[in-house]
Amino acid sequence: MKFGVVVFPGTWSDRDCGWVIDQVLGAELTYLWHKEDDLKGCDCVILPGGFAYGDYLRTGAIARFAPVMERVGEFADGGGLVWGICNGFQVLCEAGLLPGALIRNASLEFRCEWTNLVVERKDLPFTSKCEEREVIRVPIAHGEGSYFADPATLSRLEQRGQVVFRYCDPDGRVVPGANPNGSLHNIAGIVNARGNVLGMMPHPERCSEAELGGTDGLKLFRSVAENALKVLVS
Amino acid sequence: MIARVIVTPKPVVNDPQGITVKQGLASLGFREVVDVRVGKYIEVSIEGSSEHEARQRVEAMCRQLLANHVIEDFRFDIEPEHKRR
Repeated sequence: MKFGVVVFPGTWSDRDCGWVIDQVLGAELTYLWHKEDDLKGCDCVILPGGFAYGDYLRTGAIARFAPVMERVGEFADGGGLVWGICNGFQVLCEAGLLPGALIRNASLEFRCEWTNLVVERKDLPFTSKCEEREVIRVPIAHGEGSYFADPATLSRLEQRGQVVFRYCDPDGRVVPGANPNGSLHNIAGIVNARGNVLGMMPHPERCSEAELGGTDGLKLFRSVAENALKVLVS
Repeated sequence: MIARVIVTPKPVVNDPQGITVKQGLASLGFREVVDVRVGKYIEVSIEGSSEHEARQRVEAMCRQLLANHVIEDFRFDIEPEHKRR
């Protein structure tokens, strides 16, 4: 099982993801520079957090033209696991691999804090190690993480159960007070219809060791490690 | 020629920047301001095409990169270079 972590100019969460994969999970790791033309045999590609290409024009708008993104698109089309975290989620939306867009936080603030997320899908390769409707604690760090989609797209997402994580209170109640950025329907993460492309604003790589205040993020990395090969075989 | 592209958040999209600027204007005494929307202005210089062709190309640029159709609207006009100075 080999994880590939994409590095764009301006990415900064690549080493955090790499540390969890390599040092905590003990899985194989390779970094994929944005100019790479192949994915080096990865079983899961992570698009990490940061400000790819400075987030010029819009978040993720330029990153999607990177040579590596063409390969990532093909990999996703073939059923490979693609996991966008924070800026990676924004890139996936700009690339059209996930619907909707991430806009400026309604609070006007860059939010860097712990959030509670209710896991609404545990049948995915990304979440199989979570319990049914488990509440996990995962930190966010973003200024533009407010999920937006038009009403038709939003209702399609809901009908098909594509909302994977929702901001909630510690008891798992999805309430306005638990929404840190104004995301519609408290959406923190969504998956494509096929279930192999996940985008989420919170940072699981920042809560995968007890020293960092929580290990809920590791459940997602462990899920992927366990399932990535099965996904490619099936 | 020069294409002058204006990109604005769609009316249905919340615009916290606009809300903040509106509050700033109100605190300066501009009480008549009822709404502010903050967008982007982009100038694109184009070589060697007719105005009609340039119009089609700029439309494509807006659709493919300059604006995100999920959250933004765009409009533009095209000005021949010689009129500019």
